[in-house]
Amino acid sequence: MAEITLSSLAHTYATNPASPEDYAIRKMDHVWHQGGAYALLGPSGCGKSTMLNIISGLLQPSEGDVIFDSRIVNDLSPEERNIAQVFQFPVIYDTMTVFENLAFPLRNIKTPEHKIAPRVHEVADILELTPVLKRKAKNLNADEKQKVSMGRGLVRDDVSAILFDEPLTVIDPQLKWKLRRKLKQIHEQFNITMIYVTHDQLEASTFAEKIAVMYEGKMVQFGSPRELFERPAHTFVGFFIGSPGMNFLDVTINNSGAQYGDIDIPISNHQHAIAKASESDNIKVGIRPEFVHVWDDRNEEAFEVQIKDMEDLGTYRIMSFYFGDSLMRARLHEDQRVPQKKAYVSFPEQWLTLYIDEYRVEAGNE
Amino acid sequence: MSLTLENVSKTVDGEAWISDVDLTLEPGSFNVLLGRTLAGKTTLMRLMAGLEKPTRGRILMNGVDVTGVSVRDRNLSMVYQQFINYPAHTVYDNIASPLRLARMSKKVIDERVRETAKMLHLESMLNRYPLELSGGQQQRTAMARALVKDADLILFDEPLVNLDYKLREEFREELRELFKTKNCIAVYATTEPNEALALGGNTAVLHEGRLLQYGRTPEVYHQPKDILTAEMFSEPPINVVPGLVTESEVTFDETVHFKLNADLQSLTPGRYQFGVRASHIGLVPHADDDLELPMNVDLAEISGSETFLHVRSDKLELVLHLSGVHEYDVDEQIKVYFPTHKIYAFDMDGSAVHVPTRMGGV
Repeated sequence: MAEITLSSLAHTYATNPASPEDYAIRKMDHVWHQGGAYALLGPSGCGKSTMLNIISGLLQPSEGDVIFDSRIVNDLSPEERNIAQVFQFPVIYDTMTVFENLAFPLRNIKTPEHKIAPRVHEVADILELTPVLKRKAKNLNADEKQKVSMGRGLVRDDVSAILFDEPLTVIDPQLKWKLRRKLKQIHEQFNITMIYVTHDQLEASTFAEKIAVMYEGKMVQFGSPRELFERPAHTFVGFFIGSPGMNFLDVTINNSGAQYGDIDIPISNHQHAIAKASESDNIKVGIRPEFVHVWDDRNEEAFEVQIKDMEDLGTYRIMSFYFGDSLMRARLHEDQRVPQKKAYVSFPEQWLTLYIDEYRVEAGNE
Repeated sequence: MSLTLENVSKTVDGEAWISDVDLTLEPGSFNVLLGRTLAGKTTLMRLMAGLEKPTRGRILMNGVDVTGVSVRDRNLSMVYQQFINYPAHTVYDNIASPLRLARMSKKVIDERVRETAKMLHLESMLNRYPLELSGGQQQRTAMARALVKDADLILFDEPLVNLDYKLREEFREELRELFKTKNCIAVYATTEPNEALALGGNTAVLHEGRLLQYGRTPEVYHQPKDILTAEMFSEPPINVVPGLVTESEVTFDETVHFKLNADLQSLTPGRYQFGVRASHIGLVPHADDDLELPMNVDLAEISGSETFLHVRSDKLELVLHLSGVHEYDVDEQIKVYFPTHKIYAFDMDGSAVHVPTRMGGV
């Protein structure tokens, strides 16, 4: 068990890095607390696998330190760091029985035999592997094999952390949610630090209490699934989380608020003060399709907009519309009146986010 | 051009892969084949393409029997799950290849390649090689090759499976736009109900080699003919609760019952299976007569902007589909609100006997 600290950490695969773009991980500080259920989420190439390998010890960071509790572990191997890993594809011994596979990590660290069987049975029970304990691993189906692989990761209770790398990729879609549930229960039961790497927002948000979103080598947000949805800290998080993602408008700041083209968009006084003081010309407002207010009728608050498309997604609709030159989206619930051609929309201040240089400005009432 | 399958069956080693499929696809239509793995989607497409011969039945194009005509003599193209391109040729040459095979003039080829590349946002990639491209761009190249020749029939076999979900979103929208103006027949196989809804057009629901229902996509979704279609065409799956209708009330088990309302009045007393969509059960009541049910949380599956909440009691297992992020611990006790309207009723054979009317229409 350990608290894992990344201190002034950076990594590059280049021999002579010249610019920030040469870094797979840009300089950062971060703490993974003992006992947390974390996800590392991002698209391919964002640096999440590099980060995972640095934590596990498969890769040494080119700058900075990895610290377990108070000990610098940069030079230690995964075994020496006491890290358990579960990979995308099952890593098991085909010729061994399921029992022997699960016992293997314990025998490896010379656990007394009398302590092995109870622990193996406990883990097998949680993963519903008890009926197949005596079977040779090669005779299992893909789902069972991956469960054995997970079991091997979970069986030692003295590990610093368990790292999961897209562990549900090979699992049948209909079974996935059961394993997701299992993983959550296991975390609640064992109180071990778990870090789960994935490119899939569903995997990340279902498993983790807190998600680290990686983008271009940077950790652009570290927050709960709800925070990622309601208060994306970076425009990339707004885009990447949610289907469809957040709407953005490039704005300028005038004396009273924000302005898109010649349309005034109300923002909070606090947001306005910060934007006014900023010298950046990269200022955006963002609002999620779920929070765009679509009115039944014309009114003073609402903008009249042209509808481009109305998608019926079964129990809700996605309306795309032109706001000035920008295409935006709004989510309509099923019982809402469906506007034709024209719609009246507004952006509730509470849900309108201001971004300067792609990062969020706090609204002031939080 | 229209495509008709007449009573088509395909048997392999005594096993029925496709059974008695009757289906007509109109010119210019976009058609989704929806079904789980092994439902028969790929086999049906191969039959349409002429890559397989039906064991029984006929395939007609524009009323002409083409059952025995090989794929070479049909004007069609296919896009697969894997990104299939010629690795030694540039993107330009990849897209041009079907036109060169058809011996078109250089000038026409150049025009069409550039036009198609533009449609698929590949203009700046034309001189690159497929393996230098991202997965999304490789699949764009394969799609461009399929679209560049004016095929009568374009078959897509789960083309987005190997792309991440943000790219899938983007592709779906582009495909919708692209095919609005095309006059060919498009057939698109998927295992995902939400993809079928996002693509629109028509949907054919396949299950174990049989065609369950075909029609306009929202119509099939909102008015399934039977319980199987409703289950196959919903994600999360529609909740199915067995129940009893008496002269005056509906009972799901001894504890849950409500007065027979105007919606369900036409049901004669007896046993039914009731279907309730996951999005119609809420954490707050939507109507005065919603039933309050105490439940245990099995799992909150959060997709970023939506939550699938799996809950359970002694008698019932339900899934809720909620907009927004709702975080719950496993085994947390909560109350959910079960609607007494918006309920589908299926008889014990599974046929739909009551379909709720929908605000805003289908």
